[in-house]
Amino acid sequence: MKTIKLLSLSLLAVLAFSACSDDDDAPAPVLEQEEITTLNVFLTPEGGTESLVFSFTDLDGDGSNAQISAENLEANTTYTGRMEFLNENEEPVEDVTEEVLEEDDEHQVFFIAGTGLNVNTEYLDADGDGNPIGVEFRLVTGEASSGDLTFILIHDGDKEAGSNGVLTPEVGGDTDIEVTFEVTIVE
Amino acid sequence: MIQKSSLLYFFLFVSSFLTAQNCDYTISGQVIDIHDNSLLQGAVIAIEGTTNVAYSDDKGNFELNDICGGELLIKVTHPYCETQTKRIKLQENLKINFRLEHHLEELNEVLLKGKLYDEKLNSAITRQLKVEELESFSNASLGDALKTISGVSSLNTGSSIVKPIINGLHSSRVLIINDNVRLHDQQWGEDHAPNVDINSAANVTVIKGASALKYGGDAVGGTIVIEPQKAPLKDTLMGKTILTGATNGRGGTFSTSLIKSNSNGFNYRLQGSLKRLGDLKAPDYQLTNTGQRENNISLGLGLNKIDYGIDFSYKLTNSEIGILRSAHVGNISDLEASINRGVPFFIEDFSYSINSPKQEITHQIFKLNAFKKIKNIGEVNLQYSFQNNDRSEFDVRRGGRSDVPAMEMNLKTHTLLAQLEWTDLERFDSNFGIELNAQTNIPSGETGVRRLIPDYEMYTAGVFATTEISLTDRWKLDAGVRYDFNTIDAQKFYIKSRWERLNYNELFPEFEVEEARGGQIFTNPSFDFHNLSATIGATHTFQNNWRFTTNLSSASRAPNPSELFSDGLHHSLARIELGDLQLNSEQSFKIGAELQGEVDEFGFSIQPYYNLINDFIILEPSTIDENTIRGSFPVWQYRQSDSRLYGIDVSASYTHKNFEFDSNFAYVNGQDLEQNEALINMPPFNISNTLTYKKSDWNNFFISLNSQFIAEQNRFPDNNFEVEITNRITGDKEEVLVDISSPPSAYHILNLRSGMEFEFDSKRLSINLLINNLLNTTYRDYLNALRFYADEVGTNAMLQLKLNY
Repeated sequence: MKTIKLLSLSLLAVLAFSACSDDDDAPAPVLEQEEITTLNVFLTPEGGTESLVFSFTDLDGDGSNAQISAENLEANTTYTGRMEFLNENEEPVEDVTEEVLEEDDEHQVFFIAGTGLNVNTEYLDADGDGNPIGVEFRLVTGEASSGDLTFILIHDGDKEAGSNGVLTPEVGGDTDIEVTFEVTIVE
Repeated sequence: MIQKSSLLYFFLFVSSFLTAQNCDYTISGQVIDIHDNSLLQGAVIAIEGTTNVAYSDDKGNFELNDICGGELLIKVTHPYCETQTKRIKLQENLKINFRLEHHLEELNEVLLKGKLYDEKLNSAITRQLKVEELESFSNASLGDALKTISGVSSLNTGSSIVKPIINGLHSSRVLIINDNVRLHDQQWGEDHAPNVDINSAANVTVIKGASALKYGGDAVGGTIVIEPQKAPLKDTLMGKTILTGATNGRGGTFSTSLIKSNSNGFNYRLQGSLKRLGDLKAPDYQLTNTGQRENNISLGLGLNKIDYGIDFSYKLTNSEIGILRSAHVGNISDLEASINRGVPFFIEDFSYSINSPKQEITHQIFKLNAFKKIKNIGEVNLQYSFQNNDRSEFDVRRGGRSDVPAMEMNLKTHTLLAQLEWTDLERFDSNFGIELNAQTNIPSGETGVRRLIPDYEMYTAGVFATTEISLTDRWKLDAGVRYDFNTIDAQKFYIKSRWERLNYNELFPEFEVEEARGGQIFTNPSFDFHNLSATIGATHTFQNNWRFTTNLSSASRAPNPSELFSDGLHHSLARIELGDLQLNSEQSFKIGAELQGEVDEFGFSIQPYYNLINDFIILEPSTIDENTIRGSFPVWQYRQSDSRLYGIDVSASYTHKNFEFDSNFAYVNGQDLEQNEALINMPPFNISNTLTYKKSDWNNFFISLNSQFIAEQNRFPDNNFEVEITNRITGDKEEVLVDISSPPSAYHILNLRSGMEFEFDSKRLSINLLINNLLNTTYRDYLNALRFYADEVGTNAMLQLKLNY
């Protein structure tokens, strides 16, 4: 008798619980908030106008369809540079550069030119501690040449160790962006 | 002299005169265990004031002959039972049955030990840890305690997340049964520790292999059965409090339990524990962000009338576990740099604060259980349980999002279990059951990170039948069969390019629902799985009481949600993990044997096994995804391959006077038969030796020194990969070999334990000192996912106070 009562009680409980937890609403897609889909590098030659020179866009995150473009640089020219990080999957498009600047003590962009490419860079901005950020920078080209130019955004690294712009292992931290462009400097 | 003799003669005469009247009565009957109606052998049935004594035979029968009539007091004693006395007036031959109640300490085991894994009846290859052994791990975890059993290792993420490995297998292949409820706590994840408070356990049994079919048919590795302290059937109040303080982590654990029981069967139980630990320390540096907090409580209320009973229990485990900060890496270059650096990048001063990355888990179990003994059949048992698992994982994130979980899931599981134990047949003990399961997984859509495991509903139904046959006193057989049906209905967003790259648009067009925002596609994958599992075994007891057991079991496991649906970046290993919708169930065939025996003061147990697993599900590197904004990532995908594992677990003990020597070793060899390479994460050869000195005269003083040697694993798959990364100094691309396969070197550590007991006013105070890694040895362990980033913890001295009252 008791067992039967218990059985029915338990069955009731099962039904009640599953009724509560039943979720017939289809879930909504999650758009990656933190994702950086796009890296844009704008350069302004001395006395000239700003143009988008390097661009990398990957809308499907860890997926495969990245678009990459690089314009040629002029030899023996001084450019003023500006980095732009976007999340184009957000509506409206989110400017991640603002977020990086808000947490400027945790972020730093490194500019690394490969062998053969006659390029020098210099930071034009600094965080509250006087360490460079790298969102604004100066890029000076030498003689005509070609090679790799890599932009790396480090989060939570040792900014003192990286203040000279050399990305040694002591800088550590996590890599948020690492994109390499094949760059040609023409006369 | 004459007076004395005459007095003696007088007494002899009188007594013989008295007895001569009617001294040929017989008392016969049976001695029966009140709990399970089993027949008790070796009970002593004595008539007070006489030398007339009988012993019960193996059928529980006894007979007392030539008894004189009159008022008698019969006393029945049995080593495991409470002594019973009965006053009778003997006027004729009498048949009388005695039903004995177990001693308090034995009661736990007898009431608890389900027939199925009772070592003496069943051919399952098992090992059990008792409460005394478990108590010394009060400040650690279940996985740490289980590692003391030969053949059990652990898969760690740091030192707080410890998953048991049985004979080389873990996660979904190991069932964890807590108080008769199968844990559903997202056990698929390698970094998800079982949500069990070790302080709530009275004993833990490890069943190696799939022979415990009543708990599930998918125990490819084995089953871990955790039993809490049960209430005895007498008026008593039992309490226990353990306080442990630890130097490493500068914290400790407080655990207390209280059981109030009445002889009328009503009882209630309370148990709780709190753990607080800060950052742990390796010999050479602080392990930043490795603190943990745990709050656990369990409540129970029951009525046990022997013939029937009902019991309700509630368990809550809540933990917050910090994960080594340096284990979060952004890309391959970071991983490569971490491996080469040799020390963690983030080393800060000791702190109690727990920051990202971390896990927060709350697991709740509600259980209602009722049983009724039925004459001429046995016992029916009905149980309903509900489990609610909330897991949040926090990552190092930008823009103040570190406080928002990167993954948040809620898993609800309802289980209805009905069982009939048919024990009335003399030679057969059988068990029939039905299990129904309904499970929903709801990941949060508010995390800002795509769901790792999708929304799903899963229903399972299982039926099983097992039986144990006593052929003779020396031969027992057992067999069982189980069928499980499993249907899963998921709702998942895939990135469209990945859906197409995996060719799912061709293979599973029926799952496609609609295109969604952000280049995603909404799909509705649903699958049915049929799983059949079985076991057969035999046990033989030799003349010298040595015992040989052999068991053949086959388990069938449907792929878990992680194997089917995983889809994303694993931050501590810098790799993209992809599930596979085409996976089938894996089926294992395991043969295991055990020979155990004793020669004087020497005892041994040898357990060899061979496990063939068809369609074994393996995660392995496939390609390298080259064009993400963070550079290249290796992609790991699930694949199925026929595999085999074999190995041997040996334990031996030798006792001489006050000294005791225990030795355990285990070896396992795993091979992917299709690719012809070693399986990953197989525990290396390990041996543990313990020398103990005990002196009971000195307040049960003991001191023991334990030595653990873990060899280097020489058999591992070469998953190293070459990848082109930019040299961060020269700016040039270069091919780099990332060594993620090579196991760390062998290591040896020493652990010391000592303690004493003091009794006063029926209370018992135990003081124990435990020192782990006595020599502060620096080492890394192959089975720790964070071995690329940091050393294991150094010396940890713990002082433990235990009060039983």
